[in-house]
Amino acid sequence: MPTDKTMISVRGLDKTFTLHTQGGTVIPVFSGLNLDVNAGECVALAGSSGSGKSSLICSLYGNYRPQNGSVSIRHEGGMVDITTATPRQVLDIRKTTMGYVSQFLRVVPRVPALDVVAEPLVALTGDLEAARDRAAFLLKRLNIPSALWSLPPATFSGGEQQRVNIARGFSLEYPVLLLDEPTASLDAENRRVVVGLINEAKARGTAVVGIFHDEEVRDLVADRLFEMRSFKEAA
Amino acid sequence: MTAATQTPPAVEAGYNYGYLNEQTKRMIRRAILKAVAIPGYQVPFAGREMPMPYGWGTGGIQLSASILGPEDVFKVIDQGADDTTNAVSIRKFFAKVTGVKTTERTGDATVIQTRHRIPETPLKDGQIMVYQVPIPEPLRWVEPRETETRTMHALEEYGVMHVQLYEDIARHGRIATNFMYPVKVNGRYIMSPSPIPKFDNPKLDNSPALHIFGAGREKRIYAIPPHTEVRSLDFEDYPFEVETWDGCCALCGATDSYLDEVILNDAGERMFVCSDTDYCATRRGQGHTGPMADREDISELTGDKPETQDKNA
Amino acid sequence: MTTLPHPMIRVRGITKKYGEMIGCRDISFDLWPGEVMGIVGESGSGKSTLLGCLSGRLEPTTGSVGYASREFGDIDVHGCAEPVRRKLLRTELGVVHQNPRDGLRLGVTAGANLGERLMSVGARHYGDIRAEALKWLAEVEIEAGRIDHFPKTFSGGMQQRLQIACNLITQPRIVFMDEPTGGLDVSVQARLLDLLRNLVSRLGLSVIIVTHDLAVARLLAHRLMVMQRGQVVETGLTDQVLDDPQHPYTQLLVSSILQA
Repeated sequence: MPTDKTMISVRGLDKTFTLHTQGGTVIPVFSGLNLDVNAGECVALAGSSGSGKSSLICSLYGNYRPQNGSVSIRHEGGMVDITTATPRQVLDIRKTTMGYVSQFLRVVPRVPALDVVAEPLVALTGDLEAARDRAAFLLKRLNIPSALWSLPPATFSGGEQQRVNIARGFSLEYPVLLLDEPTASLDAENRRVVVGLINEAKARGTAVVGIFHDEEVRDLVADRLFEMRSFKEAA
Repeated sequence: MTAATQTPPAVEAGYNYGYLNEQTKRMIRRAILKAVAIPGYQVPFAGREMPMPYGWGTGGIQLSASILGPEDVFKVIDQGADDTTNAVSIRKFFAKVTGVKTTERTGDATVIQTRHRIPETPLKDGQIMVYQVPIPEPLRWVEPRETETRTMHALEEYGVMHVQLYEDIARHGRIATNFMYPVKVNGRYIMSPSPIPKFDNPKLDNSPALHIFGAGREKRIYAIPPHTEVRSLDFEDYPFEVETWDGCCALCGATDSYLDEVILNDAGERMFVCSDTDYCATRRGQGHTGPMADREDISELTGDKPETQDKNA
Repeated sequence: MTTLPHPMIRVRGITKKYGEMIGCRDISFDLWPGEVMGIVGESGSGKSTLLGCLSGRLEPTTGSVGYASREFGDIDVHGCAEPVRRKLLRTELGVVHQNPRDGLRLGVTAGANLGERLMSVGARHYGDIRAEALKWLAEVEIEAGRIDHFPKTFSGGMQQRLQIACNLITQPRIVFMDEPTGGLDVSVQARLLDLLRNLVSRLGLSVIIVTHDLAVARLLAHRLMVMQRGQVVETGLTDQVLDDPQHPYTQLLVSSILQA
């Protein structure tokens, strides 16, 4: 039941892929999906591989377009359905309200790691120096050596790239945060750091939706599990 | 004007008055009127074949031919001098086809045709300057397309003109354009004042005379009516400046006229002398002398003819 | 949300026909300040035709392009007076051609190219003009010593950067780009794209960029329009169109990219 603490509200969401290049093959992902996430709550998506967890996260972010249903995000006081909002509104929501840490860092040539992390904050405030300070703080916390900060992440290891990605996702204090396998390539020490970051966000009132393959991490951050299976079978 | 009795003009047999037929003169006068009505705007006209090739002043000649009348007194100068081959030829041509009185005195003339100079003697109300123009289009150097330059004039898109001046400053540290220096007329059209030295540009501003410009090969006429604002283009921090000389005219001592440099002999001796021959002769007639006035070996420059002469044919 | 009450560009029903041939058909969209719209599609899809109509250089057969001008207020780009349109193209509207030589005067120096834009709107102080030119050369990473050189002595990438600087010096609000990185080496492309990203975000420019390179679109554009045979077959947020393409043609385009 949505309340004034509800940050994400999903109703009747259907997602299928139609592969026109494969002769019109239809791949159903989920159907009739409902989900509410409140402020300060962390919901972990649960289900086997291929059950549509990433697709749900992408749908929440507006990266995937559902065939039916609504995805409402609390933005500047009101609930905005991103499936019907204008591109401009969705971009605005992504800029100030909703953050997303994808599974893999999308590498842009020539941009140093520090600026990759600072970019969302600069886009919001225009203060390059303050944004870089924040970026440095996060990179340090995630154990990225300062020697690497001025290098573009293209040549970093998978784990280093992922940590840059995480730092970028946490650079703003988003009210809504989506995390897709945030600890996948990380060692125990860095997993701990990420858990700390997530819990701090929750304490601030952030609504978090995440996919965590690592059950230990999941148990440390998730308040409840959201089971994908029934919605997959309905599709 | 000095002549007391006028002999009727003797036009050589077979020629219409002014060489051009009446319809042509009428057409050119209409073009002149239009040019006067839109100061600085290039009016196309149906230029005729003249008995001299393009590049020899046919534009100016057609203008003079259209406006000269029996009452006029005509002066022709070429680079300021009345006695160059071309000036003499053109003067003789008009004497033949109009019988008009000619003079070398700027002050006595009603119509002055010129190539590349404006006389030093200030012009008066009622006088007409006729200029021979090679390239009437000031934008041609940067924009070769006629269609585009016409549009630029129509829409007053003159940013490129200052590009030329900018390039000068970037390359030479100052505006290096010394002649054919572009001007803005009546605050609207940018015009080429013909290849006069920039020294002469200020004479166009608020002048009591009428100035008309003719380009024979390009078939354009443009004009500056009397008392029109004419401003030479410049930058705020690089204002327009005229040429100056360290010395004076070697013959008449003038310090306010445009000086030509003349090499005298194989020893490399040189002198600076007024480009405007009438101005120099007048001053010498009034008793002014310059540092080389008494040099025997250059006496042909002072001329051993009387200063004033009214010549009929 | 931005405070501007209405879009910077309002495109309604733009159709351009060449005789019976369709250049582009019935294109409509709004563009807001600070947005980058990518137009992608293969050769002959009509994207350059559309760009020409949007930027005021090509008269559409039907339809209108409304633009919120800084100087003239709300105008119809093709319905306004010719002097207005030409002035806009020198000041508020930037056009970056695929071939930089189409956007530069090769016979005058780099500084004169930059200065001309300023002089065409009345700048008359040489020192100020030169200082502004130097500033913009620095913005596009051309060393100051090249200001008095002719563009024909520049490399292709440098010419392109000069063209971009010439467009930005008059502080346009919207820039139209047609394949700005076409024909450039990969590393030069990367440098140019990096520059464009920074300039767009720092200056808050709106941009409409035509490209056949989806990687360029992903990097620079917020929104994407996919064109096929003169029509828009799909439009939306860039990441959505590229990650979850709905239309068969879009899916074909996306699946055709080679991974390096």
